[in-house]
Amino acid sequence: MLTDIAIIITKIMIVIGGTFTAVAYLILAERKVAGFVQERYGPNRVGIWGLLQPIADGVKTMLKEDITPAKANRIIYHLAPAMVLAPALVTFAVVPFGSGIDAFGRHIAFQIADINIGILFIFAITSIGVYGVVLGGWSSNNKYSLLGGVRSSAQMISYELALGLSVVGILLLTGSLRLNDIVEAQIGMWNVFRQPVAFMIFLVAVFAETNRLPFDLAESEQELIAGYHIEYSGFKYSMFMLGEYSNIITASALIVTLFFGGWTVPFIDVTKLGHLGAFLSVVSFAVKTGFFLFLYLWVRWTLPRFRYDQLMHLGWKILLPLALLNLLFTAAWITYV
Amino acid sequence: MTESLFFIFATMAIVSALTVVVTRNPIYSAVSLVITLFSLAGIFLLLEAYFLAVVQIIIYAGAIMVLFLFVIMLLNPGKEAKFLSLTDPRTLIVTLLSIAFIGMIFSLVSGSVNYIGEVMGSVEELGTTRNIGLTLFTKYLLPFEIASLLLLVALVGAVLMTKRNLR
Amino acid sequence: MLWDLGSVLMFMVTSLVIIGITLLIAKLFRRDNPTEEKLTSYECGEDPVGNPWVQFNIRFYVVALIFLIFEVEIVFLYPWATVFKEMGFFTFVEMMIFVGILLVGYAYVWVKGDLNWVLPKPKYTADFDYSNVPRFKKPDAEKARKLQAVE
Repeated sequence: MLTDIAIIITKIMIVIGGTFTAVAYLILAERKVAGFVQERYGPNRVGIWGLLQPIADGVKTMLKEDITPAKANRIIYHLAPAMVLAPALVTFAVVPFGSGIDAFGRHIAFQIADINIGILFIFAITSIGVYGVVLGGWSSNNKYSLLGGVRSSAQMISYELALGLSVVGILLLTGSLRLNDIVEAQIGMWNVFRQPVAFMIFLVAVFAETNRLPFDLAESEQELIAGYHIEYSGFKYSMFMLGEYSNIITASALIVTLFFGGWTVPFIDVTKLGHLGAFLSVVSFAVKTGFFLFLYLWVRWTLPRFRYDQLMHLGWKILLPLALLNLLFTAAWITYV
Repeated sequence: MTESLFFIFATMAIVSALTVVVTRNPIYSAVSLVITLFSLAGIFLLLEAYFLAVVQIIIYAGAIMVLFLFVIMLLNPGKEAKFLSLTDPRTLIVTLLSIAFIGMIFSLVSGSVNYIGEVMGSVEELGTTRNIGLTLFTKYLLPFEIASLLLLVALVGAVLMTKRNLR
Repeated sequence: MLWDLGSVLMFMVTSLVIIGITLLIAKLFRRDNPTEEKLTSYECGEDPVGNPWVQFNIRFYVVALIFLIFEVEIVFLYPWATVFKEMGFFTFVEMMIFVGILLVGYAYVWVKGDLNWVLPKPKYTADFDYSNVPRFKKPDAEKARKLQAVE
């Protein structure tokens, strides 16, 4: 019992620490990629290649003055950043990031919780993520932030439908909501080849859910300046940033888990290789996730922003019917073939 | 362990539910209602009704409460007025209804009247998604299909109502 | 299963505690020196005008309503997907009926134009008569020439 608890706590620490480190270096990577795309250097003063930049930024935002506008609703204003960050972190609880090892006389899965409603749990938590944004925008008592918050919540709920529907296709193939079952069903054949349409829908919807370009209507600089976090400063501001980037990491991990075989390695059965296999599975997961993180940055510096009516048109009139059609097709295919 | 968790969730649910009623700022009410729904989901989990717990969060906390928030922000009612006065006829109605409600709960708890019916013998495996699917598409097929009609009516009706308000 | 749910709960509590601790550390180290100027709402450097907590467009509300209905539908699809393989063709038909009825609603909303995001009609288009708006008065040619001469 005590060993079990110690293992769980270690896992939690590793996941939270890993996410924070990844977030810090994702922000650096974003600035480096931006520099590369625009033919400039990006951060290069603090440490070699600016590697210490995230630490400097972190310390800086901690020491900055934290301003609460006089007109703001104080309680909600202080709560909102935590409401963004906490769901972003918690989603990772059910994502398997490796095959697991046998140690201390038991099997240790590389996953915090292996629950049989994994996918639904993720959707439940993402549907909560709306609150931080909309309440942060509202409580600042600022016109830009209110517009940003309301826009972003309407956007998130619109794309949640396409997101939810596209996953049902995979569930039809797997017949289980456990993420580990979904990963194991992909040994030999990734879901992206079985469900290419669902993958496209999921990818687009996930970009919209994380409020990233080309769907960053919530904080579109040219019209809303910064959107829902315009009044935030100091560490509360960086909590919004941490939340946004943790969401990106979770989203990439989810894409990998659902469509790209999760921790499986192509052509190698890692479950039979012992500790080396476990190591390989984690590396495989990290490499695949890293690719999608790069895709996020790549897309950001390539595509322009959608207009709000275009965004709604895409979500409600293209993705939603497409996801339904994909679902019908998959069900029919399973029944008749 | 399960018992202590139940008491934590139950206390959270009751305290936040009271906050919903007592606080005069509608946004605070909405946020506390979200906490109430979360604690209820926790209690469902303890009863091993996993699907129900998650649906509680997705539908109630994720969809309905966003709608509530939008309505609150749309109408922007500001702070509520103080309590109703004693001469107001509504006070009388509310008092009578509350007494009836408390009486109902009391009779439920004391077991003199059985409103719930027999609880099934084993709750193991009862609340899993698979079991819900199995019963929903065989035993409860008709209610399930009627639910879709209900949703259709709700959709058309709701959209129509917003239209009339616009004019 | 309960054990796994317990670990999720532990994860939630740990992340909340970490957030709380970092906020506390930040509070200990930062300096606070609020002035009246700093505490005003940001509006591009101008003094804020009016109250932002006003009624906003009803379209957002309509979106949330339609979303709610379809979310309920999707939630029904999940148990269906998990048992589909073992129950086979009959379930397929059942779900077709369910989705079909809701598609009627979807078609209704589409045809009635509630899925369209109607753009506000811009006031100042090319054929707008600017002559009555003081700011847009055509420059006085005589005056401009005089000014140029002075410069």
